[in-house]
Amino acid sequence: MDTLVFLQIIWFVLIGILFAGYAVLDGFDLGIGSLLPFLTGTDEKKTAVLFKSIGPVWDGNEVWLITAGGALFAAFPHAYATVFSGFYLALMLVLAGLILRAVSNEFFSLEPENKGIWAKTFFIGSLIPSILFGVALGNVILGIPLDPKMEFTGSFFTLLRPFPLVLGVLGLSAILMQGITYTMLKTDGEINETAAGLSGKIYYLYASLFFVSLILSFIFIPDRISNIPAWIATVVFAVSMTALKYFLKSKNEMKAFLSSSLAFISLWGIAGAIQFPVLVNSIDSNSLDITIYNASSGRLTLSVMLGIALIGMPLVIAYSIYVYRVFKGKIKMTA
Amino acid sequence: MDAVFLSRIQFALTAGFHFIFPPLTFGLGLIILIYETLYIKTDKELYKNISKFIIKIFALVFAIGVATGIVLEFSFGTNWSSYSRMVGDIFGAPLAAEGVLAFFLESVFIGVLIFGRDKVSKKVYWLSAFLVFFGSHLSGLWIIIANSWMQTPAGFAIEGGRAVLKDFMAAAVNYSTAQRYLHTVVGGWMSGSLFLAGIGSWYILKKRDLEYAKPILKVSLIVFIIGSFLQFGTGHLHAVQVAKTQPAKMASFEGLWESVEGAGLSVFGIPDEDEKTTYGDMRIPYLLSIMIYGDPNAKVHGLNEFPKELRPPLFITFQTYHVMIGLGGLFALMSLIGILLLVRKKLFESDWYLKILLFAIPLPLISNEMGWMAAEIGRQPWAVYNVLKTADAASVVVPAWQILATIIMFTVLYAILFLFFMKFLLALIKKGPEKVIATDGY
Repeated sequence: MDTLVFLQIIWFVLIGILFAGYAVLDGFDLGIGSLLPFLTGTDEKKTAVLFKSIGPVWDGNEVWLITAGGALFAAFPHAYATVFSGFYLALMLVLAGLILRAVSNEFFSLEPENKGIWAKTFFIGSLIPSILFGVALGNVILGIPLDPKMEFTGSFFTLLRPFPLVLGVLGLSAILMQGITYTMLKTDGEINETAAGLSGKIYYLYASLFFVSLILSFIFIPDRISNIPAWIATVVFAVSMTALKYFLKSKNEMKAFLSSSLAFISLWGIAGAIQFPVLVNSIDSNSLDITIYNASSGRLTLSVMLGIALIGMPLVIAYSIYVYRVFKGKIKMTA
Repeated sequence: MDAVFLSRIQFALTAGFHFIFPPLTFGLGLIILIYETLYIKTDKELYKNISKFIIKIFALVFAIGVATGIVLEFSFGTNWSSYSRMVGDIFGAPLAAEGVLAFFLESVFIGVLIFGRDKVSKKVYWLSAFLVFFGSHLSGLWIIIANSWMQTPAGFAIEGGRAVLKDFMAAAVNYSTAQRYLHTVVGGWMSGSLFLAGIGSWYILKKRDLEYAKPILKVSLIVFIIGSFLQFGTGHLHAVQVAKTQPAKMASFEGLWESVEGAGLSVFGIPDEDEKTTYGDMRIPYLLSIMIYGDPNAKVHGLNEFPKELRPPLFITFQTYHVMIGLGGLFALMSLIGILLLVRKKLFESDWYLKILLFAIPLPLISNEMGWMAAEIGRQPWAVYNVLKTADAASVVVPAWQILATIIMFTVLYAILFLFFMKFLLALIKKGPEKVIATDGY
């Protein structure tokens, strides 16, 4: 195999890993944000517990997105350019959400009286990106109108088609599952009970949305959904979901969280399997697809980046695990 | 209004606002590291408590920095997609490397810094403070590498209308990377240190929290003094590099129209592009030639050598540069007085000087912004110097009204963020170190 092709494939996989890492890690704090009013109502002490549970780690989690975005830019600049400019308004809403949620935790801890307002901004700031990420991915999978210069020719409303919207809600439900299992892992008492009560509903929502998405995939992208890696990933998803159900029932919170994470990763596996080697599908013709071959940077850039990733990412993973271990255990509510 | 112009406004707004915060974290991070080092060496509780207090301020500054930083990474795709297509082969790599090698480090260990004092050993805690300091400085390095490549591109070739990387080290460590990095970092140290020196001064003026205020003021002022003198060196190196690699920019900084042998250094002036003259032109004879080439009779290129369409907007480039230089002079003067007061041990009694420090808090931040504007506006009309024009860099599919709408969105959002930032910052300061460190806030 040609070195360039090898590097292009490696970078397709690595960027998939970065986005999946983001989904799993920031997924739980996005999920907690999106569930905040349902978990704590207006109780500031309970809200504080949840903010504390993610306080030391959410920031590192968001760097997965920054790194994934940077890696996409570096490895496949055309895909980055097309999607980010094409989905302009949607991404600006994502940014507004991410800005709000980034300051909410800090402001909550500093606000003397009306702490509730920062719980609300954290909720809104988490919910918007949690839905829009899936909508964006759904559009990339279903296909968008592209011209021969790889420019997006649709409008904001092109993005709001049924299939991507369903994937948006599926993504949200996966994020909520991450959030609820992490909440159960990090809390006890009333919050834990509320979370356990909600977890069943979220579970069934998640599972049924997956079925709906699968059926829709057979309708909208029949020739791409049927490939062996996609089926393997689907089986992994089914196994993880079965395990998740079992661990939720047996109150094994750590394993429930890990099962939910594995389910989320397998969703990325399915997405990767049906996309490869396409990054952005054209709705009109395969010849207009943006692929890892026609969108990539050159051999030298991809090699240097691979070196940086091979040195850097194992370190990142090692010290992240260390820091998670430092902050392990349940957060107690202060009297 | 066209989309390119609006995207420039949006970038100026979002980058300008963001650029208030990371330089502050450079300086605050350095002083936190100093206090953590003092603490681990001497075991004095006071040093630990001072550090705890500064970390509270750092956390607030950092939160806004993170919130506003991600916008910029996205903006190369959202607003500048033609730029991304053409130079993504080179420009994307430092942004990705920043994430992998630097920002992860800073963001993961800041969790330990803010929440983990009682959960890790003293040594690990010190190490976390070091890694936050190191991570933020490394993060800055990658950003400056990316930005310096726009100023003095190297290590690439144009193939099929795109810039393709040929030599990574040459692209990363280009003609201006080292000078611009040092200059930016020292600017950050000065911003963070004067910030804390001003806060310390306020406590002393108010005759409260003296136990904390005096050491905070002393250490921060020493950092500021060192920074303000170092900055002459880094600024000089940077200016020489600009003169040699971006002569049109230097001519604009100096409002110099005619190429002359033995050029004077501009102190004041009002350059007029239409009249091709600089009104009220005040210069120190020969100094510009001496500073750039070490020779009083060396030739410096004037603006007339460059076609009008390849010259940066003159007035704003000239004035932002001069404000920066003027502030640099003021900082040196403040530092000299500071040294005198420190040596004579009269610092804490000199209310007038403490007032100056207090009111000077925003000045290094303004100086940072001015320097950045001079550098970026001075690069115009190029996005990548001599490679890609800003006019050809914008996204082609984003309609102007959408950009206008998001400019309004960011303006409102950032105004609100800034108001709350100030509110919480002032509340932290008024509450005082002892009360601030007694509670975790939740």
